[in-house]
Amino acid sequence: MAKTKRIIITILLRLLAFGATLSATVVMVTSHESAKVMNIKFSAKFSNSPTFKFYVTADAIATGYGLIVLFLSSRRSVDRLIVILDVVIALILTSSISAALAVAQIGKKGDSHAGWLPVCNQVPKFCDHVTGALIAGFVAAIAYLVLNLYSLHVFLTPLFPV
Amino acid sequence: MALQSGEKLPMFIGHIWSKQKSRWTLLGLRLLAFLAAAAATLVMVLNKQTKTFVVATIGTTPVNLTLTAKFHHTPAFVFFAIANGLVSIHNLVMIMMDLLGSKFDYKGFQFPMIASLDMLNLALVSGGANAAAFMAELGKNGNSHARWDKICDKFGAYCDRGAGALIASFLALALMLLISFLSILNHKLVNSSSHNSHNNIIALPN
Repeated sequence: MAKTKRIIITILLRLLAFGATLSATVVMVTSHESAKVMNIKFSAKFSNSPTFKFYVTADAIATGYGLIVLFLSSRRSVDRLIVILDVVIALILTSSISAALAVAQIGKKGDSHAGWLPVCNQVPKFCDHVTGALIAGFVAAIAYLVLNLYSLHVFLTPLFPV
Repeated sequence: MALQSGEKLPMFIGHIWSKQKSRWTLLGLRLLAFLAAAAATLVMVLNKQTKTFVVATIGTTPVNLTLTAKFHHTPAFVFFAIANGLVSIHNLVMIMMDLLGSKFDYKGFQFPMIASLDMLNLALVSGGANAAAFMAELGKNGNSHARWDKICDKFGAYCDRGAGALIASFLALALMLLISFLSILNHKLVNSSSHNSHNNIIALPN
């Protein structure tokens, strides 16, 4: 009974994280918009910024990993490797989401001290798309973090003095 | 690789990794991580550069503009400083607990708390370091598509000090990753050699 509860919770968390990373990748990749500002064509794509490229790469890796692990999660021999890889993927996801948030914040508010104007006024739909992708990525990062803490709890339960 | 219940670990692992040596190794690593994170925080917080530019010349007198680059102009760097400050406090508390914690008697609860806190702080320092790294990349290269000029050619010293803080933070990140894994491994080894009667400590619950 405890074992099935554990498996169900783990699989649910992994499904949530897989869905979140998949949607983050897809939404970010399909975000592009062109605007004409005073006869200058201003086109915004995710590949214009190395940070967003890193974000897409990280989420794509996490999606692939999530898919593979969903099929492998019942095998006993790779259990420990999966726990270690979960930690690594959670680290990658948190770093990519924080980097993307930093750059997106500059895009939205600008940086008056550096003379950087905000771009969201010119390309509002692109900004909305990117916001959606960032929210999905944030949910994925939190899901992986909760999964890691839960794996730690499950791993160490025999040590609790109860 | 999962051990069955009742099986002992190979003896050579017990010889190489004795309890005292592993404890001091872990303590040394935590001290290094504390120093790295504290150095990153300090260098970032004290990062400031002022420069005067000549923007125009009216007649014979030049018009000067004084610009200052401070770390708190950029939210990512503020987050970086806070994250590294919290991580260095965490490492300091862990060192204190390791040195003085034998007086307190919540042994059963202590280790899961340490492991969870280590994991959370690992995520924190990773987020802070990467946000600042990509912001620094933006400052160094600019972004021609968004019409954002690079600023590192004008404020070279600011950028160099920021790079130093970033390197220290990434060092702290690598050390904390090592510490997390080592402390879990260490705890399992120590517990297995002294509590062989607890059959299901090593094997994952099945």
